Amino acid sequence: MTTARVGESPQRVGGIARVTGHQAYVADVHLPGELHAALVTLPVAHGRIVSIDATEAETLPGVHFVMTTADLPEPMPRFGPQFNDRPILAIGEALYHGEPVAAVAAESREIAAAAARLVRVEYEELPAVVTVATALAPAAPLVRDPALRPDDPLAATNVLRAHRYAWGDVETATADLVVDERYSFPIVTHFAIEPHAFIAAPDGDGMAVWSSIQHPNWLQKILARLLGLPLAKVRVFAPDPGGAFGGKQHAKYEPLVAFMARRAGRPVRLVLSLEETFQAVRRAAAEVRVRTGFMSDGTIAFQDIAADYLIGAYADIADRVVGKGSYPGCGPYRVPSARIVARAVLSHTVPSTAFRGFGNPQVNWAVESNLTEGALALGLDPLELRLRNLARRGEPFIPFDTPADGDWEQTVRRAAELIDWHGPRPAGRGRGIAIGIKSGPTTGLSYATVRLLVDGSVVVYSGTSDMGQGARTIFAQIAAYELGAPLDWVTVVMGDTVVVPYDQQTSASRSSVLMGNAVLAACREIQAKLRAMAAHLHDVDEASIVVDAGVVRLPDRELSILDVLKPGLGRLGGELVGNGESRKEDEPEHPLGGSAAFFEFNCTAVEAEVDRDTGDVTLTRYVTVSDVGKAINPLQVRMQDEGAAIQGLGHTLMEHYIFDDAGRIRNLGAIDYRIPTSMDLPLEMVSEIVENADGPGPYGAKGMSEGALLCVSAAVAAAVRDASGAVIRDLPLSPERVWRALHEPARVPEEVMR
Amino acid sequence: MTTEPTIHASDTVPISLVVNGRPRSMQVAAHRTLLDVLRDDLRLTGAKECCLVGECGACTVILDGRTVDSCLVLAVEADGSEITTAEGLASNGRLTPLQEAFLDEGAVQCGFCIPGQVVSAHALLAANPDPTLEEIQEGLAGNLCRCGCYWQISDAVLATAEGARR
Repeated sequence: MTTARVGESPQRVGGIARVTGHQAYVADVHLPGELHAALVTLPVAHGRIVSIDATEAETLPGVHFVMTTADLPEPMPRFGPQFNDRPILAIGEALYHGEPVAAVAAESREIAAAAARLVRVEYEELPAVVTVATALAPAAPLVRDPALRPDDPLAATNVLRAHRYAWGDVETATADLVVDERYSFPIVTHFAIEPHAFIAAPDGDGMAVWSSIQHPNWLQKILARLLGLPLAKVRVFAPDPGGAFGGKQHAKYEPLVAFMARRAGRPVRLVLSLEETFQAVRRAAAEVRVRTGFMSDGTIAFQDIAADYLIGAYADIADRVVGKGSYPGCGPYRVPSARIVARAVLSHTVPSTAFRGFGNPQVNWAVESNLTEGALALGLDPLELRLRNLARRGEPFIPFDTPADGDWEQTVRRAAELIDWHGPRPAGRGRGIAIGIKSGPTTGLSYATVRLLVDGSVVVYSGTSDMGQGARTIFAQIAAYELGAPLDWVTVVMGDTVVVPYDQQTSASRSSVLMGNAVLAACREIQAKLRAMAAHLHDVDEASIVVDAGVVRLPDRELSILDVLKPGLGRLGGELVGNGESRKEDEPEHPLGGSAAFFEFNCTAVEAEVDRDTGDVTLTRYVTVSDVGKAINPLQVRMQDEGAAIQGLGHTLMEHYIFDDAGRIRNLGAIDYRIPTSMDLPLEMVSEIVENADGPGPYGAKGMSEGALLCVSAAVAAAVRDASGAVIRDLPLSPERVWRALHEPARVPEEVMR
Repeated sequence: MTTEPTIHASDTVPISLVVNGRPRSMQVAAHRTLLDVLRDDLRLTGAKECCLVGECGACTVILDGRTVDSCLVLAVEADGSEITTAEGLASNGRLTPLQEAFLDEGAVQCGFCIPGQVVSAHALLAANPDPTLEEIQEGLAGNLCRCGCYWQISDAVLATAEGARR
């Protein structure tokens, strides 16, 4: 029997199945009579489809059919979380390397793949734009047909939307020093070790779909609309994803396999290769110009940020990434005058989507680097400059948004202490420090149902997806604590839209807070019923009874929950059911549609060594400190923080897509695209948390799964500069780039002026 | 040297394996990998499919005492060998100390890479019961974890080695 209280770190719920190989991910699910799908794509970034000839493919034994646009409803159904812009199959033109133009259904995966190669697609290659510069060039080909953007003043450009936020007046603000620089952040991909997988199966008069999806209810809505079914007839099974990181938030090929299953009258499965996942999800690249005005004492006078995010050919959630990720662009500082212009730039590339950090790491990289440059130009300590400008608790640092919701200085000072910021630097080593902040969810709606069964065991129903962050464990801990059950007497049911009540989504590090509050509210409803039972059984006033942490306190004695539950339920037994709801309402006047439920706040400090002969960077010590409010499970918090840091080291030191002249991705797959391994870690990593129980979640928790990724790049680059003198404004800090910065003639900062 | 019979990709070949202690005989197409056979024919889905080029380690199994990426081994090549997959480590429903340590040390997040990690770590400890941190990091460098549990995985291996010494 496992007992676990809030604030302890029991073994992960679902852990045993994971270490024994029995955890079933979507690709491990097989249905009788299933067919296998394979995608047909073009080897170009942009091509006009002239004709598709599937004759030869369809004669291959075992092939059931080749699905083309001709087999789909007219007009082509389109979908997307923000705009209904993505067609189920490319129509007229393929707009990025990897966009499916047809799909094969066959008896086996091998046959499907072989048949896909036999589908003859005649196409005309068209000019493609795969960089911000080419997409914004005056004569650039338009990624989106202007006819699809009626009444849109930007329809004749590749800018999908421009987001503008401003306060004070940057035009008239004056400063002693202005640092004006440009920074770039590459296209990187999620590289969840589980490639995306989808299964659709006709299910009576409806459709059942299995997907490694973070937002099963959102997928359900999209499928219901596309298939013309009521929600109750679309059953989404969402087995725990094998890593998601934002890449599995929104529908990708589920609509396609659903239409294929409908045509086949049988289940159809599509398991992507890793290469195909590179062509399905990625993070937006960004080019960011930052102009910060400083007073000579380091006070920030103004900040002017222009960020162009290279999104893909369809919007997915990318425009929201741009808008929400740039909004806290000035960081957690007092900035009296600010202007932020962030543009979502369409291109002939894979649709970019949510990825841990949600648009913040790109701007953070630029702005935090700019602050370090300012401090050094002023002869000030980069740490002291940050502390001088840092918002104190309760300060409204972004006008009209949630005021600073933590003792942030505590976090920053702790990180500085752990890296021995003021201590002497070991020979050849340098140090860097940076701060990351991210708005939590701006709206939210989570329902939870909790059942307290007659023997005291508990079932929790939650629509959150446990993709590794450990949501099952957190909810089980909350229910176990509130209802006095051993942890292994709690079952958490997730991932089935017919059984589990609605949850808006699993994103923005919301689940411990929003779903956690819903689970807590459901438990409190059960506690209220227990109070009524106890009052009735013991003839005392209900108001004098307290249920707390599994104990029923009467005025004169304490009872266990079972002592009340069993006699209370009586001879027929039964159970107590509680429902919880947790809402964060929208605020239509707010630029993001809602203020931040909380902020994720992190300070990262790094010590680095640079090999001048090879450009290789070794991180000798790495410190990450996050303000998490309250750690419901401290070990899981540490895992999220360290995992986020290591993921951030990927885009900081090694990861990026490489395109050829035709706009094709040249480094598809694990051989040519490297992510951090156990050999790429800092020599030493220290992660700590600050807990002041000042968050809006259960027991004072804040969301925390992205914070430690936000400012990795700026901290590492600052340490590299401190160690070697190399000033680098383009990620990743690959050995070649570091070597060039050290050995090629220094670029004189263009627009630093006093 | 004897002349090997020519095998065509579509031909099926009889093979015999001992998988997790259990003898298995089957006909397999010559082009199919050990991973395909484990996952599709034997429904042992602990070995995972990710990169299929031997870089990620998610499909790691033990073949006659050494770890292999089962995506790079043809099933026919494995004929006559003994295979251990993640499903075969625990016996009688009891986790191995290493599996327990993975859970205690927090080495498991999403879990998709974990069967491969556990198998690699198991083989590493069999070959080197008292590894240093560096030896663990080097030994497990072929197993990617995108959740970034590398420190916790090393901690689990170190704790297991420590436990075995006691």
